[in-house]
Amino acid sequence: MYRYIVNRVLLVIPTLVGAAALVFVLMRLIPGDICVVRLSSGGGNVDPRAVALCHAELGLDRSPILQFLDFVWGFFRLDFGISMWSGKPVAEEIAARLPISLEIAVMATVVAIAISVPLGTISALKQNSWIDHVVRTIAIAGIATPSFWLGIVAILAVLDISHAIFGAPWMPPIDYVPFWQDPLRNLSMVILPALTVGYRYAAVTMRMTRSAMLEVLREDYIRTARAKGLVERIIINRHALKNALLPVVTLIGIEFAFLIGGLVVTEQVFNLNGVGRLFVLAVQNQDYTLTQALVMLTVAVFVLTNLVVDLLYAWLDPRIRYG
Amino acid sequence: MVDLSPPYVPAVDIAAESARPSRERIVAFFRRQPLGTVGLVLVLVMAAAGLSAEWIAPYNPTSNDFAAMTQPPSWAHVMGTDQFGRDLFSRIVFGARTALIVGFSCAIVGGVSGLVLGVASAYFGGRLDLVLQRVLDVVMAFPLIIMALAVIAIFGSGVHNVILAITIPLIPRCARVVRSSALAIREVPYIDAARACGFGHTRIILRHMVPNVLAPFLIMLTAFVGQAILAEASLSYLGLGVQEPTAAWGLMLQGGAEEYASTAPWIAIFPGLAIALTVFGFSLFGDALRDALDPKLRDR
Repeated sequence: MYRYIVNRVLLVIPTLVGAAALVFVLMRLIPGDICVVRLSSGGGNVDPRAVALCHAELGLDRSPILQFLDFVWGFFRLDFGISMWSGKPVAEEIAARLPISLEIAVMATVVAIAISVPLGTISALKQNSWIDHVVRTIAIAGIATPSFWLGIVAILAVLDISHAIFGAPWMPPIDYVPFWQDPLRNLSMVILPALTVGYRYAAVTMRMTRSAMLEVLREDYIRTARAKGLVERIIINRHALKNALLPVVTLIGIEFAFLIGGLVVTEQVFNLNGVGRLFVLAVQNQDYTLTQALVMLTVAVFVLTNLVVDLLYAWLDPRIRYG
Repeated sequence: MVDLSPPYVPAVDIAAESARPSRERIVAFFRRQPLGTVGLVLVLVMAAAGLSAEWIAPYNPTSNDFAAMTQPPSWAHVMGTDQFGRDLFSRIVFGARTALIVGFSCAIVGGVSGLVLGVASAYFGGRLDLVLQRVLDVVMAFPLIIMALAVIAIFGSGVHNVILAITIPLIPRCARVVRSSALAIREVPYIDAARACGFGHTRIILRHMVPNVLAPFLIMLTAFVGQAILAEASLSYLGLGVQEPTAAWGLMLQGGAEEYASTAPWIAIFPGLAIALTVFGFSLFGDALRDALDPKLRDR
């Protein structure tokens, strides 16, 4: 087991360094001199001395290798530099927007698990029945429906329903209030985005639960349990579902890491000031330090989530750690 | 001595046998996979709309008509008009062309590149496989939309750059799946036999390995078209994809759709439905194709 853990942890290093190198190169491929873009934002000619000063300030006058090492070292110290657009530290910009994104991500995960595990299990148990067809259609629709459109439709529905009930349209609040300060206001703000993102997440997980359950239900030990005369509920809950959930847990972990992709668009729809929206703003404003930091953080979350999932998997399944 | 030549089968018989079952298989596919058939019909309808947009669309999709702004659906404008008085049905029909161009270009270029890399990685193995897999690991660590955003930041927006931005993240996803199928094929005796016959690497890869990984490849290709359409719509919605005045579904949902959500909901509803139905069609068809081609899943 220890050997597996060491090997798996060591594998994280080349992936992270490779990702850092890719991000670093990608950012330097962006056409135009960052300092010229920044200094000429008001129009007119740019003083070469000002450009040289800006280069020195951002460390761009040093060799690319030194810049890369500085970037990697900064990343490990969680020092991402200064945002080129706002002039504030990147870490501060991200920290201010992280709570709302994290809350939506956690709520979306809870929504996804609450919907997908029971529906996926029922779908597998009632294979090829009308229930199975309905669940599968709901799942495929969840994958096919763009989350931003679902968000627009949800807002539209809230506007219409609130207008019909209260006589005036109601919109969720835009300013973030932590849950412990005003739970009602907080929930009314995050529930729609969480449901919107959670539906797609649930759809993917539902398909995996169904497929894993079908696989497990054909195993010999399930037949043995049935032959022993065990009650069907115990067979499903204790023997089938427990084993089928292994790949489902993996998928939930990986999808959680990829949630930032879903949040990029959803936060735009609901006008939420989260990390996803910050990402779009960073790209639109050509804020390279911020874009670089956000890409790297996303990749790091993905790589580390994968690591945790793999280690959990090895702990749960002895075939992996001794394989 | 071991005889490596293929068993003798009369050429006429092969042709007759291969034609008959394939026709029967197609009919059986439609009968056994009703959801897949629905998916195929949806895809074909969208493809027909995109290909014959000039003949189907009653109006010019880019011309404004300020006398007919935010008109509800009527006989004159079956899906209504947007905030600039443009006919929504015409824009959706032309948007189908944009979506399918982006979807198929990304899927084919990304898929074929992934196929070549995946098969080569499995066939050659060793250091090449190790290095290639680590590189693919790195690219795979970027969520599709994040990678696409980074590429857009470098090359700018527009249809061609959107295709490039979506294609790059698809390559490792395809290569990974193809590699796992190709690894199993590499071990079968006919590959050893082909090597023993002195065939070159290119011939073995193209004639003997690639045809055997086509089933998972085709299934993935259909999924990629749907994913690429969704990614294009997301990028266009963010204002970083296809630019005005080109008709694109994601772009149609930007700005006006939210602004006029309460007074002209059709601006938001129809383009979103077009995206959802097309991707739904590709997903249903892909699922059915997987069930039909994978013997383990046939009776599931």
